[in-house]
Amino acid sequence: MKKYIFKRVLISIVTLLVILLVLFLMLELMPGSPFNDEKLTESQRALLNAKYGLDQPIVIRFFKYIGAMLTGDFGVSYTISKNTAITALLQTRLPVSLRIGGQAILIGTVLGLILGIIAAIKHNTIYDTITTVISVLGVSLPSYVFAMILIYYMGFDLKWFPLLYKPEQPFYSSVLPTVSLCMFTIATVARFTRTEMLEVLGSDYMLLAESKGINSFQLIFKHALRNALIPVITVLAPLVVGLMTGSLVIEKLFSIPGIGSLLVTAIQSNDYNVVVALTFIYSVMYIGIMLVVDILYGVIDPRIRLAKGDGHE
Amino acid sequence: MNNTEMNFSPEDFVLVGADKISHLDENYASKSYWRDVLSRFTKNKGAVVGLFFILLVIAMAIIGPHMTGHTYDSQIIAHQNLAPRVKGLENLGVFDGSEKMHTSQGSVKQNKYISEDSTVTTGLENTYYWFGTDVLGRDIFTRTWTGTRISLYIALVAVVVDMCFGMVYGLISGYFGGKVDMFLQRFAEIINGIPTLVVVTLLILVFRPGLVTITLALAITGWIGMSRVARAQVLKLKEQEFILASKTLGARDFFIIFKEILPNIFGQLIVMSMFSIPNAIFTEAFLAFIGLGVPAPLASLGSLISDAFKSFTTHPYMIVFPVIVLAIIMLSFNMMADGLRDAFDPKMKEM
Repeated sequence: MKKYIFKRVLISIVTLLVILLVLFLMLELMPGSPFNDEKLTESQRALLNAKYGLDQPIVIRFFKYIGAMLTGDFGVSYTISKNTAITALLQTRLPVSLRIGGQAILIGTVLGLILGIIAAIKHNTIYDTITTVISVLGVSLPSYVFAMILIYYMGFDLKWFPLLYKPEQPFYSSVLPTVSLCMFTIATVARFTRTEMLEVLGSDYMLLAESKGINSFQLIFKHALRNALIPVITVLAPLVVGLMTGSLVIEKLFSIPGIGSLLVTAIQSNDYNVVVALTFIYSVMYIGIMLVVDILYGVIDPRIRLAKGDGHE
Repeated sequence: MNNTEMNFSPEDFVLVGADKISHLDENYASKSYWRDVLSRFTKNKGAVVGLFFILLVIAMAIIGPHMTGHTYDSQIIAHQNLAPRVKGLENLGVFDGSEKMHTSQGSVKQNKYISEDSTVTTGLENTYYWFGTDVLGRDIFTRTWTGTRISLYIALVAVVVDMCFGMVYGLISGYFGGKVDMFLQRFAEIINGIPTLVVVTLLILVFRPGLVTITLALAITGWIGMSRVARAQVLKLKEQEFILASKTLGARDFFIIFKEILPNIFGQLIVMSMFSIPNAIFTEAFLAFIGLGVPAPLASLGSLISDAFKSFTTHPYMIVFPVIVLAIIMLSFNMMADGLRDAFDPKMKEM
């Protein structure tokens, strides 16, 4: 087990280093220098380079760069809000994104599980069909289509919810964004839970448990669901990725002051430092989640860790 | 001696007709693998419907842009914001060119083609825009099908990347095993650890937004799922006797990989590449929506939806058709992929 976790952590660290290297090289290979004032003489330029540490060898600068990124020193924004430290921008924006993303994944997983379980228990009934339709629609329509439908009917026509996010009503105004974000999660989780539950429900040990007279509540939650959940955990990592990309669009649509809309604005206005900082944050979150899911999966299902960890495949 | 008289009549020498031959048992008749797959596929209603709609969308993407006489970038300023109007259907009260306008004063129904005052002509009485026009006076019908071409191109890219790169990568990694496998798998894991979002963002910083950037992004990240499936399938097969037999006969490694193993796992690989299509189309639609897709005046479904969203509350019809076409494409590919999966391997449920 220790060996397996160690290996996973090592791969995650290498991945992060590769991303940092790419970001750093892009900065290096971009044409131009920060000091392209033609009035500067060679010696002045050398002085400036020395002041900002640009005269040092590339390897040392790379390590300095890693140090700065890991301690959260991302530099300043160029165009979005001039000379503001990016850390300051993130301080207000990151919590908003995390909260809405968290709401979406939580609600999406719970609703998806419930739908999947109902569909599996009531196999081949109207409930099953409804779940299948929801899950097919959920994976087939981009989240912004749901967002538009919700905005049009719930926000614009019926005026139940505000059209835009309001910081003074953080929960009430985040209902529509959360719902449109979590449709994909609901659909995927429901689909997987249904398939897995059906397989477990049809297995011999379920028949044995049933014949022993265990009541149906215990049968489903203690015996079936626990085994069905294992593969469902694996889809959580791709789902989080889906949420990240989805949040870019959703935050733009509802003008939520989060990091997704910040990234879109930064790309559109060529604010390089902000893009790099957000890219790095997204990568760290993604790699972190992948690591947790991998380890969790290894803990739950020993076959995985044995197969992956020791190379006997 | 018992002499039995045998009497032969001419009828005894007539050939027995084909109808009198007893029927072969169809249930146990031998069926080739591909025929079996085909029959299972055609029995799946969803899959056939999906295939039908995919063919329909492909046909419309080919002929659609030439049907109205407009091009995707031709503007007629006088024809701005016209609601859908179709000959014949207009008499039924739908697609008659009228739209409900929501303004701050309330909603009004108006028809820009025919003026209410019969003495004034709008000059548009004989104009028909099937899907309406956008804020710049461009035909949405033409633009929608031009945009569909881009989605289909993305689908093609996804399959090519899967088949050319992902498949070969997985086959080699699985077949050779050992150090090669170790190295290739670690590399794939590192690439897999980089979110697609990040890859796309970085590519856009270097290149300008456009089809090349999207294609590159798909090429960098799209092959990993495929390589995993290919590798897993090879691992299942490579210890079997027929591979050993082939090796004993002196077959080379690449002969075994492509002639012995590949035909046996090709079905699963097709299924996998089918599943990657919706994902790729999704990525493009998403990029286009945040303004990183194809540059104007080119249209993709995502950018059409994004443009129409700006005037969404006043002219909702502009957004409806691109969304419907996108939904049909995504649904059809998903249903067809599901059907193919069940056809190729009924046991391969979750993937």
